[in-house]
Amino acid sequence: MNFFERFLQVFTVEKYMLTIAEGIRNSIVITACAAAIGLFLGLLVAFIKIAAKHFPAMKVPAAICNVYITVVRGTPVALQLFIMAFSVFAIRGFPLIITAIITFGLNSGAYVAENIRAGIQSIDVGQTEAGRSLGLGFGTTMGRVVIPQAIRNVIPAIGNELIALLKETSIVSMVGLIDLTFSAKIVGSGQNMSDYFAPMCVAAMFYLAMVYIIATVLKLIERRLGKSDRS
Amino acid sequence: MIEVKNLTKKFGKLEVLKGIDEHIAKGEKVVVIGPSGSGKSTFLRCLNLLEKPTGGKIWFEGTEITAKSCNINKIRQKMGMVFQQFNLFPHLNVLENITLAPRKLLKLSKEEADARADKLLERIGLIDKKYEYPRKLSGGQKQRIAIIRALAMQPDVMLFDEPTSALDPEMVNEVLELIRQLAEEQMTMVIVTHEMGFAREIATRVLFMDDGKILEQNPPKEFFGSPQHPRLIDFLSKVL
Repeated sequence: MNFFERFLQVFTVEKYMLTIAEGIRNSIVITACAAAIGLFLGLLVAFIKIAAKHFPAMKVPAAICNVYITVVRGTPVALQLFIMAFSVFAIRGFPLIITAIITFGLNSGAYVAENIRAGIQSIDVGQTEAGRSLGLGFGTTMGRVVIPQAIRNVIPAIGNELIALLKETSIVSMVGLIDLTFSAKIVGSGQNMSDYFAPMCVAAMFYLAMVYIIATVLKLIERRLGKSDRS
Repeated sequence: MIEVKNLTKKFGKLEVLKGIDEHIAKGEKVVVIGPSGSGKSTFLRCLNLLEKPTGGKIWFEGTEITAKSCNINKIRQKMGMVFQQFNLFPHLNVLENITLAPRKLLKLSKEEADARADKLLERIGLIDKKYEYPRKLSGGQKQRIAIIRALAMQPDVMLFDEPTSALDPEMVNEVLELIRQLAEEQMTMVIVTHEMGFAREIATRVLFMDDGKILEQNPPKEFFGSPQHPRLIDFLSKVL
C-alpha cells in the first residue's frame, strides 16, 4: 500500500475516521471554551491592572493579578495540566476535558491580559485626555474612546494566542485525553494501521485547516475594524 | 470665573509651577506666553485638573475644584479644552466625534445632538466632512473640528493649549480665525500660544510665565509696548 492509499484509508475505514473525528471534536471544544475563558479573564485582569493606576482600591486585586500572570507565564503549560489533572481535579469521575478547559483557559488568560494591556497602553494618552476634558468619566472614556481603538491593535496578538492555544492543546494526550494529535497516534498504532505517517499527515492537514480558518476570520474582523483607516 | 491660589506642581523633584495666583473674570481672553518649559501648558492643564496640582487651590464658578468632594467630570463639561495634537477620536467620524460627549453627558437625543453638530459644522464650513474620518482631514480641519467638539458641550470657558503649534503654516490662519470669532462672541478663553501677533490682537490680558511663575501681566498694548521685567524684555526681543 502506498502513502496515498493509507492516507485515504484514514478517511474510509470507519473506526479510524471516528477516532480522528473524536480527536478533532475534543481539540475544538477545548480550544473554543478555553479561548472564551481566556478572553474573559484576560479582559478582567487587564482592566484591573489599568484601573489600579487610577483607583487605589484596585491595588490589591492588581497585585493578585500580577502573581497570576507571573506564575502562569513562568511555568510550562504541561506542568500546569499535570497539577490540575493529578492533584487539583483528581476527583473520581471528574471529566478530564473540563480539567483541560480550565487549565488552558487559565493559561490563555494570562497571555491575553498582557496583550490587552499592551494594546490599551499603545493608545496615545491624548485620547484619554481629550475624552476626560470633555467631561466623560474614566469608564466611558475607556469604553467609548480607548478600548475601541485598542481592540484593533490587539486583534492580531489575540489571533496568535488563539492559534498557539489550538496547537498547545495537543499536550492533553499526556494526561490521556484524546485530542487530534492523540487520535492520529491511536490510528497509527500497532493494533490499527501500524503506520504513523499517514494518520499524522491527516492530523497535520486538519490543524492547518483550522488555523487557516481562524486566521481568515481574524483578517475579516481586522478589516471591518479598520474602516476608519482606509483612505 | 476662575480663581487660582498659590498653585504649585511638581513632577517628581522638578518644580514646574512655583506658586501661581491668578483670577480670570468672565469674558476675559487671557493669553499665556513664555519660553518652553516655563510651565505655561502645565498651568493650563491644572485649570481642568488634567494635571493634579501638588499644592494650592482652584475655584471655578465658585466651586473649589481641587477639593476631594468635587465631581471634576461635571466641572469639565463647562470647560472646553483644545490640544496641540487635536486628539480627535480616529475611530469615530466627524459627526460622532462631536456628538459623543453631548449625547452621553447632556443626554441629548441623536437628533438633537446631530442638529447641534450640523450647526457648528456649517459655521466652520465643514458640513460636507460630516461623515469623514479624521485621518482624511487636514491639520487645520482637524483642529477646527476639535474646537467645535469642545463647543458642542456649550462650555463657559475654553482652554487652548498651543492650538496652532502642530499646524502647517498655511493652516494656522483658519484656526486663529475661528478662535478670533469666539473671542468676538465674548467667550472666556485662556490661550497658551507662541503666536505673538495673535496674542496682541485678541488678548484682553497677556501673562508672561518663566520658570514656573507669572513674571508680568498687562493688557497687550502695555505688555508689548513697554515691557518691564528684564526676562520679558529679553524674551520679546528674541521672538518679535
